[in-house]
Amino acid sequence: MSAGTMTGIDRRGFLKTGMAGAASLIVGFYLPGRIEALAAAPAGAAPASLNAWMLISPDDSVKIMIDKSEMGQGILTALCMIAAEELDCDWKKIHTEFAPAAKEYFNPAFGMQGTGGSSSVRSSWDPMRKAGAAARDMLLQAAATQWKVDKSACRTENGVIFHDATKRKLTYGSVASAAAMLPVPQDVPLKDPKQYRIVGKPTKRLDTPDKVNGRAEFGIDVRRPEMLYAVVARCPVFGGKAVSFDATKAKAVPGVKNVVEISRGIAVVADNTWSAMQGRRALEVKWEEGSNASASSESISKLFADQMSKTGAEARKEGDAASALNGAAQKIDAVYEAPYLAHATMEPINCTADVRADRVDVWAPTQFQTMAQGTAAKICGLKPENAFIHTTYLGGGFGRKAGTDFVIEAVETSKAIGKPVKLTWSREDDMQHDYYRPASYAKLAAGIGPDGWPVAWTTRIACSSIMEAWFPGSTKNNLDPTSVEGVANLPYSIPNIQVDYVRTEPGIPVGFWRSVGASQNGFFSECFMDELAAAGKKDPYEFRRHLLDKAPRLHGVLELAAQKAGWDKPMPAGRYRGIAVLEAFQSYAAQVVEISVDRKARSVKVHRVVCAVDVGRVVNPANIVMQSESAIVYGLSSALYGEISIAKGRVEQTNFNNYQVLRMDAMPVIETYIVPSEEKPTGSGELAVPPLVPALCNAIFAATGKRIRRLPIRAEDLA
Amino acid sequence: MAIQFIVNGKPQSVDVPANMPLLWVLRDTLGMTGTKFGCGMALCGACTVHIDGEATRSCITPVSSVAGKKITTIEGLSPDRSHPVQRAWIEVDVPQCGYCQSGQIMSASALLAQKPKPSDSDIDDAMKGNICRCGTYQRIRQAVHRAAELQKASAQPSRPKDTEDALDRQPVEVGGAA
Repeated sequence: MSAGTMTGIDRRGFLKTGMAGAASLIVGFYLPGRIEALAAAPAGAAPASLNAWMLISPDDSVKIMIDKSEMGQGILTALCMIAAEELDCDWKKIHTEFAPAAKEYFNPAFGMQGTGGSSSVRSSWDPMRKAGAAARDMLLQAAATQWKVDKSACRTENGVIFHDATKRKLTYGSVASAAAMLPVPQDVPLKDPKQYRIVGKPTKRLDTPDKVNGRAEFGIDVRRPEMLYAVVARCPVFGGKAVSFDATKAKAVPGVKNVVEISRGIAVVADNTWSAMQGRRALEVKWEEGSNASASSESISKLFADQMSKTGAEARKEGDAASALNGAAQKIDAVYEAPYLAHATMEPINCTADVRADRVDVWAPTQFQTMAQGTAAKICGLKPENAFIHTTYLGGGFGRKAGTDFVIEAVETSKAIGKPVKLTWSREDDMQHDYYRPASYAKLAAGIGPDGWPVAWTTRIACSSIMEAWFPGSTKNNLDPTSVEGVANLPYSIPNIQVDYVRTEPGIPVGFWRSVGASQNGFFSECFMDELAAAGKKDPYEFRRHLLDKAPRLHGVLELAAQKAGWDKPMPAGRYRGIAVLEAFQSYAAQVVEISVDRKARSVKVHRVVCAVDVGRVVNPANIVMQSESAIVYGLSSALYGEISIAKGRVEQTNFNNYQVLRMDAMPVIETYIVPSEEKPTGSGELAVPPLVPALCNAIFAATGKRIRRLPIRAEDLA
Repeated sequence: MAIQFIVNGKPQSVDVPANMPLLWVLRDTLGMTGTKFGCGMALCGACTVHIDGEATRSCITPVSSVAGKKITTIEGLSPDRSHPVQRAWIEVDVPQCGYCQSGQIMSASALLAQKPKPSDSDIDDAMKGNICRCGTYQRIRQAVHRAAELQKASAQPSRPKDTEDALDRQPVEVGGAA
């Protein structure tokens, strides 16, 4: 990709150049090999109806610009499917390129370019279809003009335009340059879903071939001419700082070229990653540990517990829960706790930066291009349009790679030494300097009527605010919606509900972790629902089904999961099951988890997970199945092993030996079923995480009679 | 002092510290980035390569210990994704983020070289050292069984399915309960 050659040409000039010079159809502003021009265009100059996703070349190849980060969730293939459906191109001729940071690619869910919140299909569904339909219309018009016939007499099929009356045909590529001269049509009618030939069909991932031979380029694989390799020493205590450092021994390590202080620590730069790591080991740094130096998991838990007597920010209030509780025939209450969790993406955190006088280039596995761009530009004193973000494949994201910490470190280091630098984090760096899933503490109470049905529900939650940490000032009335999602939206018909939130900041950095608040609040709410069912002497499935009378889509997934799991049939001896159902990101999931418990060995084995999902209209059913499997494994890892504990203000875990994750030998059979729907498509990347943990804990209760109210599940819970 | 070995059939000579792990020699010195860094402690399997045919964690293997040996990395498993494991991985559509898959494929191919028809528990034993955070284990298991079939068929005079077929990207029905 050549760099910045179009900088300085205004959009009008570029558009003219692009049309005159390129033998390609450009939807939006795009010139092959000059994609930087997009980023250089004046912000806001593009009418909203324009788009920048499709490029058709004379050889009939179709390039789709991928403006979302592909981190395993299958969005690259889904975007191509949506585009190809309306464009009616040849699926085999599609290839892709990750889009640069540019306003054209802003995700309406965030007001910036980024991938998260299971928003990708939801936010791209309309723009991508409209772009495909507009491009197809322009190609049709170009062919019709060439044939001197009416456009309505022509049709397209698989990348070819036909005029059946005269048995003539032209490929997309052969009319692409003529089509590019046409104005972009507005409001082209979209296909009737009944005509879909791609959307809704189980489709293989386009990125698989490059992921079986080492060819897929992740951020950590980027190599630039004259590039050096950096690692950074950071204060082990959150909020601490370097007071001084002695680089003598570090510089004596063969291969070490430079040691420089940056805002987040001390960067050791070498001619390979290993030497940089060795240099860091030899580096002597004096840290000022700051005010968090005495924090521990115990002190944090106590801090949360102390908040329970306070009245928090109101997240939900229906009826009069306090009076209903007092008057209830039966009252139950419980305290639940969830720990900090690391993301532990398989690709450790990394970033490559090349800072020059007039521009900065950043190659990164980033989920948030606009933030990466703004961050890099600010450090270099450049305008954002002179910060060029090259998104690579992400070796896992799960919310971790929304951060800009790695961009800051790489850009500052490159700026300090005047050379391109690849920054790599070790696994230990990753475990100890993450933006963790917030630890959370919840006090729940419920009142049950004489008939066994609940009359009141209250929840008070104490945890850090992710939104205030990432976007200060973005929450209202001290209420962070991400801190209460999964319980504030409790879907059950209970007449009196009260949920409140006490923002509590123990000083540990927090961030978005796959399924965010629902990951812990789903555990709280769906385990407590199980407690209510038991207290009311009802079957946990029937109990939920009855109370979901006003939530048809949750009702739908619950019934499907129960049916496929054979809930109506007794379990074989020694097997137990639990159930849970939750909404996340406007999608719906229910799961039945089947287990056995060896109480002598104090161990649990998960045999089978049946998952039912409703994600509206499905783009790629094969991918929904994959994402459900993926999310269930992610949830299982957290339930069985996941805990980041704090001692002396620092994280105790270091690597996969003490932050364990699920491995092949513990893998259950997972079955996924999709509720057919014609609702608007929604996301599936995070959806199946939240129900897993409560369904598993509810199964353990069925086996042992013990409630698990604190994660992860411990040996003593299984005795 | 230069250390010599063979990578994917090609002789290599590197002048690096003797204790530098093979992983970093492959990635940084030789520019072969298909082999991945995951943990640096042989805990995750992302860095798995074959040394004289044996699956080995390159992140804890000092380069001096491979002098004179034959190393196969993901780039050298086949020139055209035609190794039965690669074909099975494509057929079953195993990878999600894909980062761990070089290591998964190298572990699986070493397993099949030793046990042409592995049982589920053979697969557990051979593959439990390879972590996948995307949770592709169910598909990996399925794909290892499929690769065993493909490998057996490849041993026959005529191959049943060429790489082009395996790479066919037409929307097709896939397995799974959808």
